[in-house]
Amino acid sequence: MPAVSKGDGMRGLAVFISDIRNCKSKEAEIKRINKELANIRSKFKGDKALDGYSKKKYVCKLLFIFLLGHDIDFGHMEAVNLLSSNKYTEKQIGYLFISVLVNSNSELIRLINNAIKNDLSSRNPTFMCLALHCIANVGSREMAEAFAGEIPRILVAGDTMDSVKQSAALCLLRLYKASPDLVLMGEWTSRVVHLLNDQHMGVVTAAISLITCLSSKNPDEFKTCVSLAVSRLSRIVSSASTDLQDYTYYFVPAPWLSCKLLRLLQCYPPPEDGAVKGRLVECLETILNKAQEPPKSKKVQHSNAKNAILFEAISLIIHYDSEPNLLVRACNQLGQFLQHRETNLRYLALESMCTLASSEFSHEAVKTHIETVINALKTERDVSVRQRAADLLYAMCDRSNAKQIVAEMLSYLETADYSIREEMVLKVAILAEKYAVDYSWYVDTILNLIRIAGDYVSEEVWYRVIQIVINRDDVQGYAAKTVFEALQAPACHENMVKVGGYILGEFGNLIAGDPRSSPLVQFNLLHSKFHLCSVPTRALLLSAYIKFINLFPETKATIQEVLRSDSQIRNSDVELQQRAVEYLKLSSIASTDVLATVLEEMPPFPERESSILAKLKKKKGPGAVSVELEDGKERGELNGGGDRGGDAAIAASNASTPSPSADLLGLRSAAPVSGAAPSAGSLLVDVFSEAGPAASSAGVNDDGFLSALHAPEASDSPLVEGPGDSDSAPPSAASEDPAPPLPESDELLNKFVCKNNGVLFENQLLQIGIKSEYRQNLGRMYLFYGNKTSVQFVSFSTTVSCPGELQSQLNVQTKTVEPLVEGGAQVQQVINIECLTDFIDAPLLNIKFRYGGALQNISLKLPVTINKFFQPTEMAAADFFQRWKQLSQPQQEAQKIFKASHGMDTEVLKAKLLGLGTALLENVDPNPENYVCAGVIQTKAQQVGCLLRLEPNAQAQPGEQMYRLTLRSSKDTVSQRVCDLLAEQF
Amino acid sequence: MIGGLFIYNHKGEVLISRVYRDDIGRNAVDAFRVNVIHARQQVRSPVTNIARTSFFHVKRSNIWLAAVTKQNVNAAMVFEFLYKMCDVMTAYFGKISEENIKNNFVLIYELLDEILDFGYPQNSETGALKTFITQTGIKSQSKEEQSQITSQVTGQIGWRREGIKYRRNELFLDVLESVNLLMSPQGQVLSAHVSGRVVMKSYLSGMPECKFGMNDKIVIDKQGKGGATEEAAGKRSGHQSIAIDDCTFHQCVRLSKFDAERSISFIPPDGECELMRYRTTKDIILPFRVIPLVREVGRTKLEVKVVIKSNFKPSLLAQKIEVRIPTPLNTSGVQVICMKGKAKYKASENAIVWKIKRMAGMKESQISAEIELLPTNDKKKWARPPISMNFEVPFAPSGLKVRYLKVFEPKLNYSDHDVIKWVRYIGRSGIYETRC
Repeated sequence: MPAVSKGDGMRGLAVFISDIRNCKSKEAEIKRINKELANIRSKFKGDKALDGYSKKKYVCKLLFIFLLGHDIDFGHMEAVNLLSSNKYTEKQIGYLFISVLVNSNSELIRLINNAIKNDLSSRNPTFMCLALHCIANVGSREMAEAFAGEIPRILVAGDTMDSVKQSAALCLLRLYKASPDLVLMGEWTSRVVHLLNDQHMGVVTAAISLITCLSSKNPDEFKTCVSLAVSRLSRIVSSASTDLQDYTYYFVPAPWLSCKLLRLLQCYPPPEDGAVKGRLVECLETILNKAQEPPKSKKVQHSNAKNAILFEAISLIIHYDSEPNLLVRACNQLGQFLQHRETNLRYLALESMCTLASSEFSHEAVKTHIETVINALKTERDVSVRQRAADLLYAMCDRSNAKQIVAEMLSYLETADYSIREEMVLKVAILAEKYAVDYSWYVDTILNLIRIAGDYVSEEVWYRVIQIVINRDDVQGYAAKTVFEALQAPACHENMVKVGGYILGEFGNLIAGDPRSSPLVQFNLLHSKFHLCSVPTRALLLSAYIKFINLFPETKATIQEVLRSDSQIRNSDVELQQRAVEYLKLSSIASTDVLATVLEEMPPFPERESSILAKLKKKKGPGAVSVELEDGKERGELNGGGDRGGDAAIAASNASTPSPSADLLGLRSAAPVSGAAPSAGSLLVDVFSEAGPAASSAGVNDDGFLSALHAPEASDSPLVEGPGDSDSAPPSAASEDPAPPLPESDELLNKFVCKNNGVLFENQLLQIGIKSEYRQNLGRMYLFYGNKTSVQFVSFSTTVSCPGELQSQLNVQTKTVEPLVEGGAQVQQVINIECLTDFIDAPLLNIKFRYGGALQNISLKLPVTINKFFQPTEMAAADFFQRWKQLSQPQQEAQKIFKASHGMDTEVLKAKLLGLGTALLENVDPNPENYVCAGVIQTKAQQVGCLLRLEPNAQAQPGEQMYRLTLRSSKDTVSQRVCDLLAEQF
Repeated sequence: MIGGLFIYNHKGEVLISRVYRDDIGRNAVDAFRVNVIHARQQVRSPVTNIARTSFFHVKRSNIWLAAVTKQNVNAAMVFEFLYKMCDVMTAYFGKISEENIKNNFVLIYELLDEILDFGYPQNSETGALKTFITQTGIKSQSKEEQSQITSQVTGQIGWRREGIKYRRNELFLDVLESVNLLMSPQGQVLSAHVSGRVVMKSYLSGMPECKFGMNDKIVIDKQGKGGATEEAAGKRSGHQSIAIDDCTFHQCVRLSKFDAERSISFIPPDGECELMRYRTTKDIILPFRVIPLVREVGRTKLEVKVVIKSNFKPSLLAQKIEVRIPTPLNTSGVQVICMKGKAKYKASENAIVWKIKRMAGMKESQISAEIELLPTNDKKKWARPPISMNFEVPFAPSGLKVRYLKVFEPKLNYSDHDVIKWVRYIGRSGIYETRC
């Protein structure tokens, strides 16, 4: 046992601990502990009062036993007694016991809180500190409730000792983190901020942790801290290393404080005050200058402290992203670190550079280090550093160096670590697509990628290459040739076979002229791989074969032979068997014309967000958003219509800001994946799908309307489009008055009669999603405005107005929205609606904002229709007809006969009628083909019962199908309005 | 089959490690130490399965013996082997302790080579082993002796060699029983059984054929059927018969004969052997009755009174009586008064231990104690563990009696009458508990 100092040594405790340590077995230890516990119990029970020393000793022993893992169920009272002692050591042990063994025993908590309160109000700083430490260590909600009011007072009181202030600041931070709702700063805010001016550096260091935490939650209240922090920082930075005495660490003045100050500043945008900003820039420059100075000490602590400040300063510079000069200097500094012999420094340098690369000011500067980074990728020993190097290469890539970087990454891929391969593959695929100047290079790159790292090439990558080849006429021949050559390798990856099968099936004719790749040679080449492939690939190959029959009639006999063989037509896999049978029949029955129609070349795919990007995003999580936003900026370059970049931004914002509507807009980002992945839903769709990709993607979308909205827009933005004018203003007058409603707004309104959620409006800039719910005569509507661009919308405002008599019929309340909508962000607006009486018109929604200086003004009709306030009513047939008869006055009935504009699918009709809000009554109408509904419209003034009957004549020829819709309600206007609304739906 | 055998000391250091099969690696040694010996919670199961490897262990004082296997072996066989291994070691160097094992580790390896072959147990009869594994160094044996050993070890009667001669033919028979009991506070027997062993130590010349008889109910009933009714037969033989639930015999007993006529006949090994093991559950004579009385006086005091009554012939003396009365975990002080023996509160074991050296039959004795308690925050009620008892009595609580042990040696000139025979009965307590 180490000798215990005489002053506060407890011999009994030392002996006990050494006894325990000398125990040979667990049993012996338990026996010793039992004995000691019995001894302590008898001592505590004893009539003779114990003196403070022995109490302390026994409590210590209990603590030790507890820490050994045994239960302690007594001694709490003695510990609490120790709290009221006047001796430091006794008090300390008491607090120690309380913080280790606290339980929410009501009576004791009260006593403990009392003791703490006494200590807090004592003038003795050490006691106050002990109490504060105890509160922080326990940190429970009860503690916060009891002391959250007290501690700020101690913190800002003028006469509090510095050491107590430090403890109080940290204690408050702990309580705030544990239960933020209980710590209310309010009146203390400004005084806490002024702690930054405190004489004592320790107090400042402690306070700044608190302020950073608080200001990250509510930055506005603590705005004043910026200037204080800047002046403090400049004082530290400009001080000589000897000025701060105790707070100089290996010749670096107050490194922790500096780091914390810099981090605090990162919570805020650059200071607007010119003087403050100038001072801050000066500071940052000084820090950068200091990094250049020769080190004052060879010790590693010196350079660590210095570099910590430097990196924090660089992240602040990156955060501000407004000082080109500083950004370039930071970049150069990091460039030096890239070749530092410290691995950690190289890692940090690469990581920071990644963010620097995305800034427009420093992008060029970062690019100068490309050789070093490539070298790092190849030679670094640590995989995490290599990963960062790969990230940086990805970030610094642009058109000028894309070929080099892609080539380097490809060559590295052969030796890359397995853990980062998939990500590398995705990155190569994205870069190749994004910066492809000529598409033969792109095709080469991707095929190389499949060759090198086939296992890591995810589905999306090869879907994408097929999409691009199909959409680009000029590359098809080349692609077919390359694929054909690649397939000739004796062992090629299954993904290669997939691509090969698809492309040769589509464009094999383009290379059939060459005798070396005659149709039969092509077929034999593909079929030689057939047996090595998995079922989905085989299915794809079978589809390719049937396409061959169409392309090259001379191969028909051979292929039919193959399809007819037992291994196909009697395959144990249902999918393969079905394909073989169907294709065989198709090829033998159908005439050449039919065959040619059915097996026509695939139409171009609608351009959507690259599915690969979505995949990468999924892999990296929200952290990748910055890179994606960067993609948005680049979008004009090659592939992007405005559509694509915007999508990326919106999807990214969805990923980062979870909102109730996340899936609402997310629909779109999910859709492209499936749209691009023909085999996702049904395998039969892939090559052979009669409907073509547009239809298949529509099938995937939940609501046909969405795809209807997308389709025109998607088809007019083909894969490659010059940096067009897609970003220009939408067709609306740039005036301050609300624009007249868009011509299509009525149509939009009709889309929402039978449903409550969806996308209301979308153009190149803005997307508006709706989610609404109704209950009796009240409704609530959530509007989601998504900024599809990467530039923020300024002075964004929305108004909802009720024109004319609607004002008295409908009560609409809105909350204002934030005037700023960041690029790629989404804001939400809540609208409360109350229906006073029945109405016809819809309220108008007007949206105004400035995008790049141009005023945008859009007016829409809010989809609030009278039927939203329907309450479904169930009733029996007898009831229904009785009521039907009661409403027999001519003005109570409204009837319409109209042509069916959609098919007469029973399920669709039912869904629409239910979506209307009424109850669909079964077995009421004698004719089972007819539909009968009942409901009550709830308005504040009255309730209007409503009965509905829809009679389709399904037997008629398609195109001549008609409906008769009859509505009866107790109010004539209601009948007419609902009838009008509903007539548009079928 | 057994893949390896390890012996550890209390710290988990390996003293002996013998691996018989390749599927057991070195790491098995550590796995057992980490998961069993140093386990945070005490491991109570003697079989532990770690990573598809089974560990069977027994503990002798501070020494752990662990057999390891990856196969699905007969666990009973493994434990039988481990116990035998303990017996063999005890026979060679006395008590199994760390020091003894360290001093004899060459011998132990030699023994392990002999009694386990590729994990299959071999001859583990101490008498036979001692003829060729000796502690006195290598004694050069003549060819004759060697061939004799070979024929004995591989022959039909592997446990006894020929040509043994004694001047005095003596035979000792011990009936050792342990009686287990769990009784309710009201005196109702909740469970009771006796497990017994018949241990024989023989110093007989030649190859004697022995026959052992006891008051087994089945045998006596069979005899009785020849003559009068059952009771009459019981009375004629002069004592009660007992029902044996199950029994196992030493390998020397001819099982075929036992199955056919239920007679126990055998050629005994020289020296000590355990002739049979048995278990009975009916008509057990409980040597002691414990009557507890526990009264809680308020929250801080407990009064305990325990009476023990001896329940056997007054002429017999029970020995080494120890009564263990558990105390609550928040005991802060104990006062004990007892008429007989010595009683003490042992804080380290949370119990009052009352010891009486001797006690005659049909007597009773009493202890009373006052236990002071410390009020605690814990609302948990004390579980009141049962009062347990240890003792030794000079009779068999199962009622087993040796009726005869006959010795025939046709080749030599001594008869049954010339053999001096000793019989001794010892009844000990197993787990003998009374709830309070």
